[in-house]
Amino acid sequence: MIPVVRTDALTKRFGDFTAVDGISFEIPAGEVVGFLGPNGSGKTTTIRMLLGLLQPTSGVAEVLGFDIRRNPEQIRERVGYVSQKFALYSDLTVEENLQFYAGVYGVGDRGRIREMLDLVGLDPFRRAPVGGLSTGWRQRLALATAIVHNPKLFFLDEPTSGVDPTARRAFWDLIYRLVERGTTALVTTHYMDEAEYCSRVGVISDGRLLALDTPAALKRDALPGRAWDVYAEPLLPALAALGAFPGIIRVGLSGGHLRAIAPAGMPEADLAGCLERQGIAVRLVEPAEPTLEDVFLSLTAQKSPAP
Amino acid sequence: MEEYKQPAKNAIETDRLVKTFGAVRAVDSLTLHVRAGEIYGLVGPDGAGKTTAMRLLCGALAPTSGRISIAGFEVPRQVEQARAQIGYLPQRFSLYEELTVLENLRFFAEVRSLSGADWLPRSLEILEFVGLAEFSHRRAGQLSGGMKQKLGLAAALVHRPRVLLLDEPTTGVDPATRQSFWQLIIRLISEGQLSVLVSTPYMDEAGRCSRVGFMQSGALVVEGPPNRLQELLAGRILEVIGQPLMLLRDAVRADPDVEDAQMFGDRLHLRTREGTRDAVRDRIWETAVEKRIAVERVRPVHAGLEDVFISLLEAKP
Repeated sequence: MIPVVRTDALTKRFGDFTAVDGISFEIPAGEVVGFLGPNGSGKTTTIRMLLGLLQPTSGVAEVLGFDIRRNPEQIRERVGYVSQKFALYSDLTVEENLQFYAGVYGVGDRGRIREMLDLVGLDPFRRAPVGGLSTGWRQRLALATAIVHNPKLFFLDEPTSGVDPTARRAFWDLIYRLVERGTTALVTTHYMDEAEYCSRVGVISDGRLLALDTPAALKRDALPGRAWDVYAEPLLPALAALGAFPGIIRVGLSGGHLRAIAPAGMPEADLAGCLERQGIAVRLVEPAEPTLEDVFLSLTAQKSPAP
Repeated sequence: MEEYKQPAKNAIETDRLVKTFGAVRAVDSLTLHVRAGEIYGLVGPDGAGKTTAMRLLCGALAPTSGRISIAGFEVPRQVEQARAQIGYLPQRFSLYEELTVLENLRFFAEVRSLSGADWLPRSLEILEFVGLAEFSHRRAGQLSGGMKQKLGLAAALVHRPRVLLLDEPTTGVDPATRQSFWQLIIRLISEGQLSVLVSTPYMDEAGRCSRVGFMQSGALVVEGPPNRLQELLAGRILEVIGQPLMLLRDAVRADPDVEDAQMFGDRLHLRTREGTRDAVRDRIWETAVEKRIAVERVRPVHAGLEDVFISLLEAKP
C-alpha cells in the first residue's frame, strides 16, 4: 500500500538558514504520528510543505500519492488542517461555522454537517455562538470544520494546548474514532502528555528528525543512556557536581531530587561517589523509568553543534 | 510595622474561602495551606476555580467570605503588605513591547516601590538568573515566546517576593523553554525562602511539585505529595500492548472489573476495580485467544497523576 505521507531528504532553506534539513520518513494509513520539538525546530515548515503551501528547496515528498511540487491543489483538496489559532467565527453559531467551511470545501451534502455535529458531540450546541464555547469545545469544532470534506489525512497543530486532562482525553478519543475509519493524522505538539497519545513520535530539533518511533520504543531504545533518580542534599551543589561529572549526558532538577541520564555502562556507585567526594550527602540513587521528556532532552542535548 | 513581620508558618493560608459571582460559587470553601519553601501544584478541570483562587490571593478580587493570609499578612485588610510579598504571573501577562527588557523591569520595580538605588543591581541580577542578561537592551516586542515568558517571571520576581503565584505558566511554551522554566523555579525554591503556588493542566509538571492539590467545584478534593497521590491507585493499573489496539480496547472495556480503559498511541492503560487487577490480567489473555487479538504484553504499572486525576473526576457527581 502506498504510504499516506512519504518524504525523502526533504529540505527547506530560507537564505542561509536551514529550517528543514533532509527529513525522510513514511506514514502508513491509519497512523497518528506526532512531531515533538521546540519552536523554530522546523515542525511547522515541514507541515506547510506537506500541505503544498511552501516549495521545498530540495528533496521529495508525496502526500496521498501526489507530489507536493506538481500537485499541491490535489493535496489541499484531500487533507484537513486544524491550526493552533483555529479560524472560527466567534459571532457565528456552531452550525454556521460548519456550513461556512462546508462551502469552502465545496461540500453540498447537508447531512454531512449533521454527521459532524454528532461526531464531535456539538449537536446540542449547534445554535450557540462560538464565542461562548470553552476552549475544549472550540477545539472540537475546529476539528469538525477541518474534516467536513472527509479528508484522508489531517494535520493538527498543537491541538489540545491549555485544556485539562479530561478534555484532552475526550479530544483524542475523537481522533482515534477518525483513525478507526481509516483517516491518518499528523500532529505537532509541545507536550509530553500529548505525545503519549501518538502511535509514533518524531523528535525534531534544528530541522532534523532525530528519532521516530513508538513512545515505548523511544523510551526503551532512543535514550542514549540510563535514567536515574538521585536524592542528595544540598540539591544545587549536587546538580553542579553531577553536571560537571565526565560522561553524564544530562542532569536536571525534578522537584525535590535530580534526574540524571548517564551512559548505560556507568554504575550507580560512580554517581554516588562523584557526589560524596564533594561532601554531598547521598540519600538514594535509583534507576528511573525513562519519560518522553528524558528522551527529548537527551536527544536534543546530544545533537552535534551546527556547522 | 514590626509586629507584622513575624514569620508565618505557612506562606499561603486560606480558611473556608468563598467567592461567588451571582449564583456561581467559583471558589467554594477553599482551605489551602502552602508551606514556606514548597512548590504547591494546583490541578483540576477547567472551571474548577484555580484562576479565581489566585486572583483572590493577590487581592485582585475581594472574597465573599473566608480568610486569606499571605506571609502572615491578612488579605484584604493588609493587602499592601501582602502584595509586597507576592509575585504573580497571570496566564496572560502584559509587557511593554516598545520598551527594552531592562526598561520593562525598571517599570515593574518602580510599581513595586523598589528604591532608586536598588532597582538596577536587582534587575541585572534577576536577568542573569533567568538567562536574559545579554538581551537587556532588546525590545520586549522582539523577544521569542520563551524569552517573554522568562521576562514575565523576572518581572514577577524583581521585588524579591516570598510567595510566587504562577497561573498555567507554560501553556503554549515549547518543551525546551518549559524545562528551563521549571529548572529556574526549582532553583529558586532550593535557594531560599520562596514558596510557589502553580496551576497547571499538565500532569508531568504537577509531578515536579512538592505537593499537589486537586481542585474541583471551587474546593480541594484531595492533596499530597505526587507519590502519595499515586498510591491512591496502587495495585490497580495495568498496561496492555497488542494489535489491533482499538479492538483490544473494546474487548477490555467489556470486562466489568475494568473501570477505565484509555488508549494511548501504542498501548492501553487500564484502571481495575480494587483487588481485581490480577484476575483482569488473566482474563485479558483469555480474551486475546478467543478474539484472536495479538496481545504482546500485559503488565502492572505504577499509577500516574493523570490516572488519579481522571478517577477523582469520576468519583464526584
